[in-house]
Amino acid sequence: MSARDSLPAQPSLDLEALYRDSNVRDALEALERELVGLAPVKTRVREIAALLLVEKLRRTVGLQAEAPPLHMSFTGNPGTGKTTVAMRMAGILHALGYVRKGHLVAVTRDDLVGQYIGHTAPKTKEVLKRAMGGVLFIDEAYYLYRPENERDYGQEAIEILLQVMENQRDDLVVILAGYKDRMERFFASNPGMASRVAHHIDFPDYAEAELLEIAERMLERMQYRLSDAARQALVDYIALRRTQPHFANARSVRNALDRARLRQANRLFARRGQPLATADLMTIDAEDIRASRVFRGGAGKGV
Amino acid sequence: MRLTQGAFSFLPDLSDAQIRAQIEYCLKSGWAVSVEHTDDPHPRNTYWEMYGMPMFDLKDAAGVMAEIDGCRKTFPEHYVKVNAFDSTHGWESLRLSFLVNRPKNEPEFFLQRTEAAGRNVRYATVRRDVRAR
Repeated sequence: MSARDSLPAQPSLDLEALYRDSNVRDALEALERELVGLAPVKTRVREIAALLLVEKLRRTVGLQAEAPPLHMSFTGNPGTGKTTVAMRMAGILHALGYVRKGHLVAVTRDDLVGQYIGHTAPKTKEVLKRAMGGVLFIDEAYYLYRPENERDYGQEAIEILLQVMENQRDDLVVILAGYKDRMERFFASNPGMASRVAHHIDFPDYAEAELLEIAERMLERMQYRLSDAARQALVDYIALRRTQPHFANARSVRNALDRARLRQANRLFARRGQPLATADLMTIDAEDIRASRVFRGGAGKGV
Repeated sequence: MRLTQGAFSFLPDLSDAQIRAQIEYCLKSGWAVSVEHTDDPHPRNTYWEMYGMPMFDLKDAAGVMAEIDGCRKTFPEHYVKVNAFDSTHGWESLRLSFLVNRPKNEPEFFLQRTEAAGRNVRYATVRRDVRAR
Protein backbone atom coordinates (compact mmCIF):
# COMPACT_ATOMS: atom_id res chain seq x y z
CA MET A 1 0.00 0.00 0.00
CA SER A 2 1.51 3.32 -0.92
CA ALA A 3 1.58 6.25 1.45
CA ARG A 4 -1.04 7.99 -0.58
CA ASP A 5 -3.57 5.23 -0.18
CA SER A 6 -3.13 5.15 3.54
CA LEU A 7 -4.18 8.78 3.97
CA PRO A 8 -7.56 9.16 5.60
CA ALA A 9 -10.31 10.56 3.43
CA GLN A 10 -10.42 14.32 3.71
CA PRO A 11 -12.88 16.93 2.67
CA SER A 12 -11.20 18.84 -0.16
CA LEU A 13 -9.13 21.69 1.21
CA ASP A 14 -9.61 25.16 -0.12
CA LEU A 15 -6.35 27.04 -0.44
CA GLU A 16 -8.06 29.69 -2.50
CA ALA A 17 -10.52 30.45 0.29
CA LEU A 18 -7.72 30.67 2.83
CA TYR A 19 -5.88 33.07 0.55
CA ARG A 20 -8.99 35.13 -0.03
CA ASP A 21 -9.91 35.33 3.63
CA SER A 22 -6.52 36.24 5.01
CA ASN A 23 -5.69 39.83 4.19
CA VAL A 24 -2.40 38.69 2.74
CA ARG A 25 -3.88 39.12 -0.69
CA ASP A 26 -4.24 42.86 -0.19
CA ALA A 27 -0.68 43.06 1.08
CA LEU A 28 0.68 41.08 -1.87
CA GLU A 29 -1.31 43.00 -4.41
CA ALA A 30 -0.22 46.29 -2.89
CA LEU A 31 3.37 45.10 -3.13
CA GLU A 32 2.87 44.23 -6.77
CA ARG A 33 1.08 47.45 -7.62
CA GLU A 34 2.92 50.04 -5.59
CA LEU A 35 6.51 48.99 -6.04
CA VAL A 36 8.13 49.46 -9.44
CA GLY A 37 10.33 46.71 -10.86
CA LEU A 38 12.02 44.38 -8.32
CA ALA A 39 10.71 41.28 -10.11
CA PRO A 40 12.98 38.75 -8.32
CA VAL A 41 12.10 40.25 -4.95
CA LYS A 42 8.39 40.06 -5.58
CA THR A 43 8.69 36.45 -6.73
CA ARG A 44 10.53 35.53 -3.56
CA VAL A 45 8.02 37.29 -1.33
CA ARG A 46 5.19 35.46 -3.09
CA GLU A 47 6.99 32.15 -2.57
CA ILE A 48 7.38 32.82 1.13
CA ALA A 49 3.72 33.78 1.40
CA ALA A 50 2.73 30.58 -0.42
CA LEU A 51 4.85 28.50 1.92
CA LEU A 52 3.23 30.04 4.98
CA LEU A 53 -0.25 29.61 3.55
CA VAL A 54 0.36 25.95 2.83
CA GLU A 55 1.81 25.48 6.32
CA LYS A 56 -1.34 27.06 7.72
CA LEU A 57 -3.50 24.68 5.71
CA ARG A 58 -1.42 21.71 6.81
CA ARG A 59 -1.96 22.73 10.40
CA THR A 60 -5.74 22.81 9.92
CA VAL A 61 -5.72 19.14 8.91
CA GLY A 62 -3.35 18.14 11.67
CA LEU A 63 -0.26 17.53 9.56
CA GLN A 64 3.15 18.27 10.97
CA ALA A 65 3.63 21.97 10.36
CA GLU A 66 6.55 23.61 12.02
CA ALA A 67 6.81 27.33 11.43
CA PRO A 68 9.75 27.66 9.05
CA PRO A 69 12.57 29.98 10.10
CA LEU A 70 12.12 33.20 8.19
CA HIS A 71 15.19 35.25 9.00
CA MET A 72 16.26 37.00 5.82
CA SER A 73 19.08 38.89 4.27
CA PHE A 74 18.38 41.70 1.82
CA THR A 75 21.31 42.64 -0.34
CA GLY A 76 21.50 45.37 -2.90
CA ASN A 77 22.83 48.79 -3.72
CA PRO A 78 21.57 51.83 -1.86
CA GLY A 79 18.12 53.06 -2.77
CA THR A 80 16.87 49.77 -4.21
CA GLY A 81 13.97 49.49 -1.79
CA LYS A 82 15.30 47.19 0.94
CA THR A 83 13.70 49.10 3.81
CA THR A 84 10.44 49.57 1.92
CA VAL A 85 10.18 45.86 1.16
CA ALA A 86 11.07 45.03 4.78
CA MET A 87 8.18 47.19 5.89
CA ARG A 88 5.86 45.38 3.46
CA MET A 89 7.28 42.06 4.60
CA ALA A 90 6.29 42.86 8.17
CA GLY A 91 2.75 43.53 6.98
CA ILE A 92 2.60 40.32 4.95
CA LEU A 93 3.95 38.17 7.78
CA HIS A 94 1.43 39.76 10.10
CA ALA A 95 -1.41 39.05 7.65
CA LEU A 96 -0.28 35.43 7.55
CA GLY A 97 -0.18 35.23 11.31
CA TYR A 98 3.54 34.50 11.40
CA VAL A 99 4.32 37.53 13.58
CA ARG A 100 1.84 38.76 16.13
CA LYS A 101 2.06 42.55 15.74
CA GLY A 102 3.68 43.25 12.39
CA HIS A 103 5.69 46.35 13.21
CA LEU A 104 9.16 47.06 11.89
CA VAL A 105 12.04 48.15 14.09
CA ALA A 106 14.88 49.48 11.94
CA VAL A 107 18.29 49.68 13.62
CA THR A 108 21.96 50.02 12.76
CA ARG A 109 25.13 49.08 14.59
CA ASP A 110 24.88 52.08 16.91
CA ASP A 111 21.56 50.87 18.32
CA LEU A 112 22.91 47.43 19.16
CA VAL A 113 26.52 47.84 20.16
CA GLY A 114 27.51 49.58 23.37
CA GLN A 115 30.52 51.75 24.14
CA TYR A 116 31.99 50.03 27.16
CA ILE A 117 32.08 46.61 28.76
CA GLY A 118 28.63 45.55 29.93
CA HIS A 119 26.82 48.10 27.78
CA THR A 120 26.18 45.95 24.72
CA ALA A 121 24.06 43.16 26.15
CA PRO A 122 21.35 45.37 27.72
CA LYS A 123 21.32 47.58 24.65
CA THR A 124 20.89 44.68 22.22
CA LYS A 125 18.31 43.02 24.43
CA GLU A 126 16.31 46.23 24.66
CA VAL A 127 16.16 46.48 20.88
CA LEU A 128 15.21 42.81 20.61
CA LYS A 129 12.43 43.26 23.15
CA ARG A 130 11.10 46.22 21.21
CA ALA A 131 11.12 44.20 18.00
CA MET A 132 9.34 41.18 19.44
CA GLY A 133 6.07 40.42 17.73
CA GLY A 134 7.39 42.10 14.61
CA VAL A 135 10.39 42.41 12.33
CA LEU A 136 13.87 43.59 13.31
CA PHE A 137 15.59 45.26 10.36
CA ILE A 138 19.34 45.63 10.79
CA ASP A 139 20.70 47.98 8.16
CA GLU A 140 24.32 47.54 7.12
CA ALA A 141 24.57 44.50 9.33
CA TYR A 142 28.22 43.84 8.41
CA TYR A 143 29.32 46.73 10.60
CA LEU A 144 28.44 44.52 13.56
CA TYR A 145 31.49 42.44 12.82
CA ARG A 146 34.81 44.27 12.94
CA PRO A 147 37.55 41.69 12.55
CA GLU A 148 40.28 44.34 12.71
CA ASN A 149 39.53 44.91 16.40
CA GLU A 150 39.31 41.73 18.39
CA ARG A 151 37.90 43.54 21.40
CA ASP A 152 35.06 45.08 19.44
CA TYR A 153 31.71 44.67 21.17
CA GLY A 154 29.94 43.85 17.90
CA GLN A 155 30.70 40.18 18.39
CA GLU A 156 28.75 40.23 21.66
CA ALA A 157 25.73 41.74 19.92
CA ILE A 158 25.95 39.06 17.20
CA GLU A 159 25.96 36.31 19.83
CA ILE A 160 22.88 37.65 21.61
CA LEU A 161 21.16 38.07 18.28
CA LEU A 162 21.95 34.50 17.25
CA GLN A 163 20.59 33.16 20.50
CA VAL A 164 17.29 34.99 20.11
CA MET A 165 17.06 34.15 16.39
CA GLU A 166 17.36 30.50 17.31
CA ASN A 167 15.29 30.26 20.51
CA GLN A 168 12.55 32.80 19.94
CA ARG A 169 11.72 32.19 16.32
CA ASP A 170 8.02 32.66 17.00
CA ASP A 171 8.63 36.05 18.52
CA LEU A 172 10.51 37.91 15.85
CA VAL A 173 11.91 37.83 12.34
CA VAL A 174 15.33 39.35 11.72
CA ILE A 175 16.17 40.93 8.39
CA LEU A 176 19.80 41.80 7.74
CA ALA A 177 20.44 44.29 4.97
CA GLY A 178 23.42 45.75 3.18
CA TYR A 179 25.62 45.80 0.11
CA LYS A 180 25.95 42.44 -1.51
CA ASP A 181 29.70 41.90 -1.44
CA ARG A 182 30.11 43.06 2.14
CA MET A 183 27.18 40.95 3.32
CA GLU A 184 28.76 37.93 1.70
CA ARG A 185 31.99 38.59 3.54
CA PHE A 186 29.99 39.07 6.77
CA PHE A 187 28.28 35.70 6.35
CA ALA A 188 31.53 34.01 5.41
CA SER A 189 33.12 35.14 8.67
CA ASN A 190 30.00 34.39 10.76
CA PRO A 191 28.93 30.88 9.81
CA GLY A 192 26.49 30.79 12.73
CA MET A 193 24.66 33.74 11.26
CA ALA A 194 24.76 32.33 7.72
CA SER A 195 23.17 29.06 8.79
CA ARG A 196 20.32 30.80 10.56
CA VAL A 197 19.39 33.07 7.69
CA ALA A 198 17.19 31.03 5.40
CA HIS A 199 16.30 33.52 2.71
CA HIS A 200 18.76 35.60 0.76
CA ILE A 201 17.05 38.13 -1.44
CA ASP A 202 19.05 40.22 -3.89
CA PHE A 203 17.69 43.60 -4.92
CA PRO A 204 18.64 44.50 -8.50
CA ASP A 205 19.40 48.05 -9.59
CA TYR A 206 16.55 49.88 -11.27
CA ALA A 207 16.53 50.42 -15.03
CA GLU A 208 16.24 53.98 -16.29
CA ALA A 209 12.59 53.54 -17.29
CA GLU A 210 11.81 52.20 -13.82
CA LEU A 211 13.49 55.17 -12.18
CA LEU A 212 11.39 57.51 -14.30
CA GLU A 213 8.26 55.68 -13.24
CA ILE A 214 9.30 55.89 -9.62
CA ALA A 215 9.83 59.63 -10.04
CA GLU A 216 6.38 60.07 -11.53
CA ARG A 217 4.76 58.12 -8.73
CA MET A 218 6.57 60.16 -6.12
CA LEU A 219 5.43 63.38 -7.78
CA GLU A 220 1.88 62.13 -8.04
CA ARG A 221 1.83 61.39 -4.35
CA MET A 222 3.13 64.88 -3.62
CA GLN A 223 0.59 66.34 -6.08
CA TYR A 224 3.08 67.68 -8.55
CA ARG A 225 3.38 66.99 -12.23
CA LEU A 226 6.03 67.23 -14.89
CA SER A 227 5.64 69.30 -18.02
CA ASP A 228 6.59 67.43 -21.21
CA ALA A 229 9.88 69.25 -21.44
CA ALA A 230 10.55 68.49 -17.78
CA ARG A 231 9.94 64.79 -18.36
CA GLN A 232 12.55 64.80 -21.12
CA ALA A 233 14.87 66.69 -18.81
CA LEU A 234 14.34 64.08 -16.11
CA VAL A 235 15.10 61.27 -18.57
CA ASP A 236 18.36 63.00 -19.43
CA TYR A 237 19.02 63.67 -15.77
CA ILE A 238 18.62 60.02 -14.79
CA ALA A 239 20.81 58.82 -17.64
CA LEU A 240 23.54 61.25 -16.60
CA ARG A 241 23.20 60.76 -12.88
CA ARG A 242 23.57 56.99 -13.15
CA THR A 243 27.06 57.39 -14.54
CA GLN A 244 28.16 59.68 -11.74
CA PRO A 245 29.52 58.63 -8.34
CA HIS A 246 27.34 58.11 -5.26
CA PHE A 247 24.33 57.14 -7.31
CA ALA A 248 21.69 55.70 -4.97
CA ASN A 249 18.90 54.58 -7.27
CA ALA A 250 15.46 55.67 -6.06
CA ARG A 251 16.96 57.75 -3.27
CA SER A 252 18.88 59.87 -5.80
CA VAL A 253 15.68 60.35 -7.74
CA ARG A 254 13.87 61.44 -4.61
CA ASN A 255 16.62 63.92 -3.77
CA ALA A 256 16.57 65.26 -7.32
CA LEU A 257 12.84 65.81 -7.09
CA ASP A 258 13.17 67.54 -3.75
CA ARG A 259 15.66 69.94 -5.23
CA ALA A 260 13.48 70.46 -8.29
CA ARG A 261 10.65 71.47 -5.97
CA LEU A 262 12.98 73.91 -4.30
CA ARG A 263 13.89 75.49 -7.63
CA GLN A 264 10.26 75.57 -8.72
CA ALA A 265 9.30 77.39 -5.55
CA ASN A 266 12.15 79.79 -6.09
CA ARG A 267 11.10 80.39 -9.69
CA LEU A 268 7.53 81.14 -8.64
CA PHE A 269 8.74 83.36 -5.86
CA ALA A 270 10.93 85.34 -8.24
CA ARG A 271 7.97 86.35 -10.33
CA ARG A 272 5.61 87.10 -7.48
CA GLY A 273 3.12 89.84 -8.20
CA GLN A 274 2.01 88.11 -11.38
CA PRO A 275 -1.15 86.03 -11.19
CA LEU A 276 -0.63 82.32 -10.46
CA ALA A 277 -2.89 79.36 -11.29
CA THR A 278 -3.13 76.06 -9.41
CA ALA A 279 -1.46 74.44 -12.41
CA ASP A 280 1.58 76.69 -11.92
CA LEU A 281 1.93 75.52 -8.35
CA MET A 282 1.76 71.90 -9.48
CA THR A 283 3.95 71.94 -12.52
CA ILE A 284 7.66 71.29 -12.47
CA ASP A 285 9.32 72.74 -15.55
CA ALA A 286 12.35 71.69 -17.52
CA GLU A 287 14.42 74.56 -16.15
CA ASP A 288 13.84 73.32 -12.59
CA ILE A 289 15.55 70.09 -13.49
CA ARG A 290 18.12 71.34 -15.98
CA ALA A 291 19.53 73.73 -13.40
CA SER A 292 20.97 70.73 -11.58
CA ARG A 293 24.70 70.34 -11.13
CA VAL A 294 24.43 66.96 -12.77
CA PHE A 295 24.13 68.65 -16.16
CA ARG A 296 27.27 70.62 -15.53
CA GLY A 297 29.56 67.67 -15.39
CA GLY A 298 28.86 66.17 -12.07
CA ALA A 299 27.56 66.35 -8.61
CA GLY A 300 30.16 66.64 -5.92
CA LYS A 301 29.15 65.03 -2.72
CA GLY A 302 25.92 64.86 -0.83
CA VAL A 303 23.83 63.61 -3.72
CA MET B 1 0.74 33.28 54.95
CA ARG B 2 -0.32 34.15 51.47
CA LEU B 3 0.74 37.67 50.62
CA THR B 4 -1.95 39.86 49.12
CA GLN B 5 -0.41 42.87 47.45
CA GLY B 6 -1.28 44.55 44.17
CA ALA B 7 -4.01 43.63 41.74
CA PHE B 8 -5.42 40.09 41.46
CA SER B 9 -3.78 39.00 44.71
CA PHE B 10 -7.01 37.58 46.14
CA LEU B 11 -7.32 35.39 43.06
CA PRO B 12 -5.38 32.20 42.53
CA ASP B 13 -1.93 32.92 41.05
CA LEU B 14 -2.13 33.96 37.42
CA SER B 15 -0.94 31.50 34.82
CA ASP B 16 1.67 32.62 32.30
CA ALA B 17 -1.02 32.99 29.65
CA GLN B 18 -3.00 35.24 31.96
CA ILE B 19 0.07 37.28 32.82
CA ARG B 20 0.79 37.68 29.13
CA ALA B 21 -2.77 38.85 28.49
CA GLN B 22 -2.50 41.43 31.27
CA ILE B 23 0.78 42.72 29.85
CA GLU B 24 -0.73 42.89 26.38
CA TYR B 25 -3.44 45.07 27.86
CA CYS B 26 -0.84 47.33 29.50
CA LEU B 27 1.12 47.70 26.26
CA LYS B 28 -2.03 48.37 24.29
CA SER B 29 -2.82 51.15 26.73
CA GLY B 30 0.63 52.61 26.13
CA TRP B 31 2.03 51.99 29.61
CA ALA B 32 5.69 51.29 30.28
CA VAL B 33 6.10 47.91 31.94
CA SER B 34 8.83 47.03 34.42
CA VAL B 35 9.75 44.03 36.56
CA GLU B 36 10.74 44.31 40.23
CA HIS B 37 11.61 41.82 42.94
CA THR B 38 12.23 41.72 46.68
CA ASP B 39 12.81 39.37 49.58
CA ASP B 40 11.22 41.83 51.99
CA PRO B 41 7.52 41.97 51.20
CA HIS B 42 6.62 44.10 54.20
CA PRO B 43 3.63 46.26 53.19
CA ARG B 44 5.58 49.40 54.07
CA ASN B 45 8.49 48.39 51.84
CA THR B 46 7.65 50.35 48.72
CA TYR B 47 11.14 50.13 47.28
CA TRP B 48 11.61 46.84 45.51
CA GLU B 49 14.71 46.08 43.44
CA MET B 50 14.41 46.77 39.74
CA TYR B 51 15.13 43.83 37.49
CA GLY B 52 16.55 45.67 34.50
CA MET B 53 15.27 48.97 33.19
CA PRO B 54 11.60 49.72 32.63
CA MET B 55 10.68 48.74 29.08
CA PHE B 56 9.49 51.43 26.71
CA ASP B 57 8.12 51.23 23.16
CA LEU B 58 7.28 47.54 23.38
CA LYS B 59 4.65 46.21 21.00
CA ASP B 60 4.44 42.65 22.21
CA ALA B 61 4.44 40.98 25.63
CA ALA B 62 7.10 38.44 24.63
CA GLY B 63 9.89 40.79 25.73
CA VAL B 64 8.38 41.29 29.20
CA MET B 65 7.70 37.56 29.57
CA ALA B 66 11.37 36.88 28.87
CA GLU B 67 12.33 39.38 31.60
CA ILE B 68 9.89 37.80 34.05
CA ASP B 69 11.30 34.37 33.35
CA GLY B 70 14.82 35.69 33.79
CA CYS B 71 13.91 37.27 37.13
CA ARG B 72 12.16 34.13 38.36
CA LYS B 73 15.17 32.05 37.40
CA THR B 74 17.62 34.39 39.14
CA PHE B 75 15.49 34.91 42.27
CA PRO B 76 13.21 31.89 42.61
CA GLU B 77 12.65 32.63 46.31
CA HIS B 78 11.80 36.29 45.87
CA TYR B 79 8.54 38.04 45.25
CA VAL B 80 8.41 39.33 41.69
CA LYS B 81 5.94 41.91 40.48
CA VAL B 82 5.11 43.59 37.22
CA ASN B 83 4.44 47.32 37.22
CA ALA B 84 2.80 49.33 34.45
CA PHE B 85 3.46 53.06 34.44
CA ASP B 86 1.17 55.50 32.66
CA SER B 87 3.01 58.64 31.58
CA THR B 88 -0.01 60.54 30.26
CA HIS B 89 -0.42 64.00 31.69
CA GLY B 90 -2.55 63.90 34.79
CA TRP B 91 -1.82 60.26 35.55
CA GLU B 92 1.95 60.01 35.67
CA SER B 93 1.80 57.08 38.04
CA LEU B 94 1.46 53.32 38.22
CA ARG B 95 -1.74 52.07 36.68
CA LEU B 96 -1.32 48.39 37.39
CA SER B 97 0.92 46.31 39.58
CA PHE B 98 0.62 42.61 40.26
CA LEU B 99 2.65 39.72 41.62
CA VAL B 100 3.97 37.10 39.24
CA ASN B 101 6.13 35.04 41.57
CA ARG B 102 6.12 34.20 45.27
CA PRO B 103 8.52 32.05 47.33
CA LYS B 104 7.60 28.58 48.43
CA ASN B 105 7.66 29.54 52.08
CA GLU B 106 6.02 32.89 52.52
CA PRO B 107 6.85 34.97 55.59
CA GLU B 108 4.15 35.77 58.10
CA PHE B 109 3.21 39.15 59.48
CA PHE B 110 1.34 39.90 62.64
CA LEU B 111 -0.08 43.03 64.19
CA GLN B 112 1.91 44.12 67.21
CA ARG B 113 0.02 46.24 69.67
CA THR B 114 2.02 48.54 71.94
CA GLU B 115 0.66 50.62 74.72
CA ALA B 116 2.18 54.10 74.78
CA ALA B 117 1.88 57.00 77.15
CA GLY B 118 -1.63 57.92 78.20
CA ARG B 119 -3.13 54.54 77.29
CA ASN B 120 -2.49 55.32 73.60
CA VAL B 121 -2.27 52.24 71.41
CA ARG B 122 0.30 51.98 68.66
CA TYR B 123 0.31 49.29 66.02
CA ALA B 124 3.10 47.83 63.95
CA THR B 125 3.11 45.15 61.27
CA VAL B 126 5.90 42.82 62.26
CA ARG B 127 7.39 40.02 60.24
CA ARG B 128 7.55 36.65 61.90
CA ASP B 129 10.24 34.52 60.37
CA VAL B 130 8.84 31.18 59.28
CA ARG B 131 12.08 29.35 59.82
CA ALA B 132 12.46 30.75 63.35
CA ARG B 133 9.29 29.18 64.63
